[in-house]
Amino acid sequence: MPKFLLPTPLRPYAGGAATVEVAGQTVGGALANLVGRHEGLRQHLYDGAGRLRSFINVYRNDEDVRYLEKDETPVSDGDALSIIPSIAGGSPAPPPVAEPSALSNEEIRRYSRHLIMPEVGMEGQKKLKAARVLAVGTGGLGSPLSLYLAAAGVGTIGLVDYDVVDDSNLQRQILFGVADIGRPKLDAAEERLRGVNPHVAIVKYEERLTSENALRIIRDFDIVADGTDNFPTRYLVNDACVFTGKPNVYASIFRFEGQASVFWAEKGPCYRCLYAEPPPPGLVPSCAEGGVLGILPGLLGLIQATETIKLILGSGDPLIGRLLLVDALGMRFRELKLRKNPDCVICGKNPTITKLVDYEAFCGIVPEAAASASSGVPEISVEELKAMRDRREEFVLVDVREPHEIEICALPGSVRIPLGSLPENLNRLSTADEIVVHCKSGARSAKAVKLLRDAGFRKVRNLAGGITRWSERIDPSVPKY
Amino acid sequence: MIRLDGETLAAIREHGRAAYPEECCGALLGTADNGAVRVSRVERIENASREERRRRYVIAPLEYVRVERLADADGLSVLGFYHSHPDHPAVPSEYDREHGLPVFHYVVLAVGPESPGEIASYVLSEDRGVFQREELLIESDR
Repeated sequence: MPKFLLPTPLRPYAGGAATVEVAGQTVGGALANLVGRHEGLRQHLYDGAGRLRSFINVYRNDEDVRYLEKDETPVSDGDALSIIPSIAGGSPAPPPVAEPSALSNEEIRRYSRHLIMPEVGMEGQKKLKAARVLAVGTGGLGSPLSLYLAAAGVGTIGLVDYDVVDDSNLQRQILFGVADIGRPKLDAAEERLRGVNPHVAIVKYEERLTSENALRIIRDFDIVADGTDNFPTRYLVNDACVFTGKPNVYASIFRFEGQASVFWAEKGPCYRCLYAEPPPPGLVPSCAEGGVLGILPGLLGLIQATETIKLILGSGDPLIGRLLLVDALGMRFRELKLRKNPDCVICGKNPTITKLVDYEAFCGIVPEAAASASSGVPEISVEELKAMRDRREEFVLVDVREPHEIEICALPGSVRIPLGSLPENLNRLSTADEIVVHCKSGARSAKAVKLLRDAGFRKVRNLAGGITRWSERIDPSVPKY
Repeated sequence: MIRLDGETLAAIREHGRAAYPEECCGALLGTADNGAVRVSRVERIENASREERRRRYVIAPLEYVRVERLADADGLSVLGFYHSHPDHPAVPSEYDREHGLPVFHYVVLAVGPESPGEIASYVLSEDRGVFQREELLIESDR
């Protein structure tokens, strides 16, 4: 009779025996007799369908019967039949590696109005989720831009800002509310955007964008949306986007007018193709100086958001090579064709700018201390002015602000001559008088002092910090604007 | 309950780490006296799976015979086997259950890209229906 050699784990099912002799002419017959005698072995050797389990191997002497005649392999007396398990196992089929852009059921419900549009659909919504957009600035433009991008499901939104929320922001920066005044803008923005869409990752850069950090920050994003309000940063964003090959979705605003375009050096002009040089400092006032209609950044920020979404989806006609001019007062939209400048210093054929530069210097901006020293106009502090008034000294206070500013607030007894009309009003002043000139913050009045001194006035001084500082340090009942 | 000493545990973890992202496997050799199951040492075995080695291991029959002989020579028994689950928790799979034998102890080690993670031991129920987790006791080194 052939003899079965059992492995240790199966011996308990055969009464503990290491060997069992059974009758049989073939391997199949011998096995049947084995499990007939030791029923406990059956379930370990055979599967539910009566087949030998895949990991159970039967050897006749030192040969695997699978390579002989399997069940029909003849056996004879003295043959040793070894039952040897091959031990196998493993981890379950891995779950399909979750694409970062796969949508949960909750997201599918949320974006249903997108998903039923053939231009977006599942594919487009996944692209939005995979997209990484950097908003430079969370102010007037960055607020509507980031709110709508978050609502639309742009997966990663980076925010660059280092400011705190001020009550004068709330007229247009709809990311923030009264409760946020005094908070860092990024903290308030993150909270608000998460409230709109918890599926969006917010990456905060609480720093000023500089030549040192711009490439590092921008590198991690697909699209940059420039929502800044100053020329140095605008050129910096442009140049960094040219160097990293990223599209720069641009908008700017002033009072009732705005501009928007998509600058993408690989496919069209860059900002420098349009404006090779910044305007001289002071020529183009910032919104803080010149004001802006609160809804205008809403309008332009949403044009930026629309262009951003189109770039992500790869559909429609982006504003590449076109400058959109928005006139909110006339409610007219015009368009200028922009061409890539072959001589552009950064994206032209022979670029001369090959790395980020000092953009403050490039834009002719000198540090404040150096500026006042170089302007060289004599100054008087608000405290000194107060003392002069208290002592009832004889002097003439000249306010060079515009009439609509004077409507907001003014110091009593001042002579009001807007800076622009000062040259033809010199006869209203006497070189014999002690004169103090002020404006809102001290910049325009410094120009006025210089103009007066050039015209022969000697006893004329500039009120440092203007009426704003007067309000801060002397008389808080004077409103700040 | 199954007992391991710290050295044995370290050997299993090191094997899992070295084989990552593939599965590793080996035998648990030791003693089982009066129900006190104690692993004395482990024997690495080459993963004979020809496909999907990231989620399959196979110990070839002749390797099985080899470790049984090794155990016999040292007066030990083959208590069971260990294997790793790369990027998967230390929980037996359905495949493990189908291929398991009730008398063995199956130690499963979760391994990630950084380092090995949880380790757990299981025994297949007599009716082959479910893997039952058993207590795994790490004994301090003598």
